[in-house]
Parts: sequence; C-alpha cells; structure tokens
Amino acid sequence: MILYDYILSPSCYRVRLMAALLGAEMTSRPVDFHPGREHLSPEMLALNPAGTIPVLTDGSLTLRDSTAMLSYLAAGHDPEWLGEDTPAMRATVAQWLAFSQRLTSSAGAARAHDMLHGPGDIDVLRRAATLALRELEAAISAQRRRGMIFLAGPRPTIADIACFPHVALAPDGGLPLDPYPSIRLWMREIRALDGFIEMPGIHRLHELKPEPGPMPDIRQTRTTRDPKQNA
Amino acid sequence: MSVGAMKDQWYPVGLISGVTEEGRDSLLLGEPIRIFLDGGTPAVTGEGERPLPVELRYGHVWTCPGTPTRPLFDIPEADQLGRRLVDVGVCRVRCSPLRAVENFLDIAHFPFVHTDILGSEPHTEVTRYEVGIREDVDEVWATKVQFFQPQAAKSAEGGITTDYMYRVCAPTCSVLYKTSPPMPGEWDVIALFVQPLTETLCDVWPWMALYDDDASMTDLIHFQQLIFVQDRSVLENQLPALLPLDPGMEIPTRADLTSVAYRRWLKRNGFTYGAQLVAA
Repeated sequence: MILYDYILSPSCYRVRLMAALLGAEMTSRPVDFHPGREHLSPEMLALNPAGTIPVLTDGSLTLRDSTAMLSYLAAGHDPEWLGEDTPAMRATVAQWLAFSQRLTSSAGAARAHDMLHGPGDIDVLRRAATLALRELEAAISAQRRRGMIFLAGPRPTIADIACFPHVALAPDGGLPLDPYPSIRLWMREIRALDGFIEMPGIHRLHELKPEPGPMPDIRQTRTTRDPKQNA
Repeated sequence: MSVGAMKDQWYPVGLISGVTEEGRDSLLLGEPIRIFLDGGTPAVTGEGERPLPVELRYGHVWTCPGTPTRPLFDIPEADQLGRRLVDVGVCRVRCSPLRAVENFLDIAHFPFVHTDILGSEPHTEVTRYEVGIREDVDEVWATKVQFFQPQAAKSAEGGITTDYMYRVCAPTCSVLYKTSPPMPGEWDVIALFVQPLTETLCDVWPWMALYDDDASMTDLIHFQQLIFVQDRSVLENQLPALLPLDPGMEIPTRADLTSVAYRRWLKRNGFTYGAQLVAA
C-alpha cells in the first residue's frame, strides 16, 4: 500500500492517522506539493486527474478520495471503525464523511490561504468554516448530553477521523477554537486514543505521559459519569 | 511606526524559481511591492512602480526598499561543491518578523516543540555557550552551542549530540550551522530568511545548503517544513506580539543569551520595525 503523501496536508494526515490507529502498514511516497506543485505533474495527474492528494494505491486499486481511504483501511483491518451497528449509525457516519468535505473547503482553504499563499477570499472561507464549526459543536454537545462524545456513537469511527484534522488545524487559518468547548473535549479524546500520531500543528498530549505517582484516569471519569446527574 | 534603519536593509521577497511574467503582489515593511519577470529577469517595484534594487542569491529574490548601506550578506558555503541547495518555500506567520528570527535562535524549546526530532525529554539542558557581536561584520554570533538530538537531520540515524553555531547577518535573517551527520567535519547550513510584510505579519523563506547525497529533495524540503510548522502556532500565540527590546516585559534566562544579544543588537542599530521599546 502506497500513500502519496504531504506532511502538511490535513487530508493526508487523516489517512496516516487512521492507519496508525489501526496498526496498518503503509509506505509513504512524499509529494512536493509546496513549493514544487508536484501534485500537478504529469505522473501525478495520470494517477489522479483531479490533481489532489492524498492518493492511495494498493495493487491495482487506486483511491483518490481520503474518506474512501478511511473506509478501505477500516474495512480491511477493523470494521468496528466503520460504525455499521445500525442503519442510523451507518447513515450518520456517511453524513459526517460528507460534512468533512465542507471542513476541507472552508477551514482547510483558510489555512492554505494564511499559511501557503493559497487562493480564495479569506473572509468568505472563515465565515463558512465558522458555520461548520458551530454545527459540529452543537452535535458533539448533544452527544455529550447522551453520555457520549464521538460523532456517530459510543466509540470513535472513521467519521471522527475524517473531521478531526481540519478542525484541530483551524487556528492555523485564523479560526481559534476557544468558543467550542465540546469540540476541544472531543479532540482531546481523539488525541488520547492508543496509537495516535501527531502532525505539525497538532501536538501530542504531553500531560498524558506517565507521571511519578497516581494519575486520575480521564477515561474512567468520563465513562462512569451518570448523565442523569446533570439533569 | 517609522520604518527607520530597517528600510536600508536587504529582504527576501520570493523564490527565484517562483517569479512569473504576470507577477505577484506582496508587502515589504508595510509598503506594497510587486515581484515579476522583466524581460526574463526578476524585478521588484515599490509604491508608484518605483524600481527597487534586486539581488539574486541563495535561491531567493532580494530587495531593499531604501538605499542599501551594505551589500547582501555572504554565505560562502552556498558556493561549496557537494552541497545540496534546498528552496523550502514560503510559510506565512501572523507574528513579528523579529519574533520569527528570535525563535529560530532559541535552543531550549527543542524538546517541547520538536519532540523526538530536535530534542527529547529529559535531555533539556542547554549547556554554557558563547555569544558576541562581531564588530568587523556587525553580526551576532553564538558559538560552542551543543544539544542532544534524537533526529538532528533527515540524514541522522539515532540520537547525537549536535554542535551548533548561530549567526544573525541582517535584522530578519539568521543562519545556523550544525554538525552534518554524513560529513562530521563539516557544517550543514540552515537559513531563515524572513520577509517583514507588516510589524505583525511575515513570510518566512527557509533555505538550506546540506551535505546529504541520499535523501530526495522532497524529503529535505518536508523535513524543514515539518520543523518550521511545528513552530508556527507557537509564534502566532506569543504575547506581546511585538518583540520587547527593553527589559521588564520578558525575563531571559541563561539559555536565552543569543536572544538577549539579538535584542541589544537590534536596538543599537535602530532595527525596531516589529519591536516594542517601552520598558515595563
């Protein structure tokens, strides 16, 4: 399996993170996206006429959409991540995968504008990203009232991994996450998953390193809390 | 804010390889500039199409919005055979251009920001090093800097104690020299060229001259982009936004000697665009 990859791309990071969480083996083939614009080279356009990265190849299979890559990796390594317990859960996952495209074209484009001289009207991009972030905040907040935090149910799915990178990197595009407490708790849960890997701009949880002496178990605290106590 | 003595200094405004016929608009010390190809040669104009002096060196287009008081600084290693010259490309940061340089001069943050690459806990000690202003060339130099690094460069395998020298050769340009893992007797050259757009916004153009025959050019570019973008969010959150040149706002420690020398040198030369001069 070869991932045509760029270290600063949130969409490539989606796939790297999913593979790391699943323990899937993958070879990274770096693409000189910036400043070299190699994603628009004849070789890369032959692989993906849309001129986007990442691209994932596995034998004769070529995938050009990062959410399709998440599905492929999850189905092959641990189908629990697909979130197919019920028809409703399955549809919810599909809906968040589509939503993640809105994050790419708003928060992702704002970041590319602010960091790498990317194109676009920054005010329009930030307004669209803010609407998406508010929608996500409301949804996670509703999940928390049900005693959960992940987008499609009681455990993380490919929906969470699809949305996480562009949300976590939103401050790079001038979109601070201070107004979104539920989003920040959700990000913390994702960063605490076994096998989590970082990318530039997304740091690991230093505070979760082993400390001398007893440490409160934050997962324990979450799962044992009775949601009715808040009512 | 008056631009002062910084008006007469040299600044990078783009990659030579990235200049086009149609050109690109940018800013330099708050003044609108345009970078374009004029008969196949890169040219830069300021406000009212005022032509600005141009130098083509170290992969970048250089210009000066005023009257250059001295030639563009020399990096002799750029001409040494066997080195790979790496144009890393731009990264825009919402911070003072002086803060971008100051962060580059700091070693103590390596284990915490570039964890497991340029530093790692518990190897956090910055040992004693020497800092001075070389009067003959009017540059800040830090020498005999040593730091333990788990992966000092793309070509490094396993942890090594890396030797460093730092040099500030212009108000927004710094060059660091570090042990070259494949050529232990030589220094790898890593430069940070900063284009001050405004006092709180800059385009950073890292550039390198390395001994490394194995890594692909893309790998070398990505390694440096990885390192710099790890710094970016830290830089955008530093307060106050302007770099304080007077004591009181920030308390330096021994590890910050280079930063202290840099600030003194800026103040002495009147390089205050992006700086704050009020004592707390």
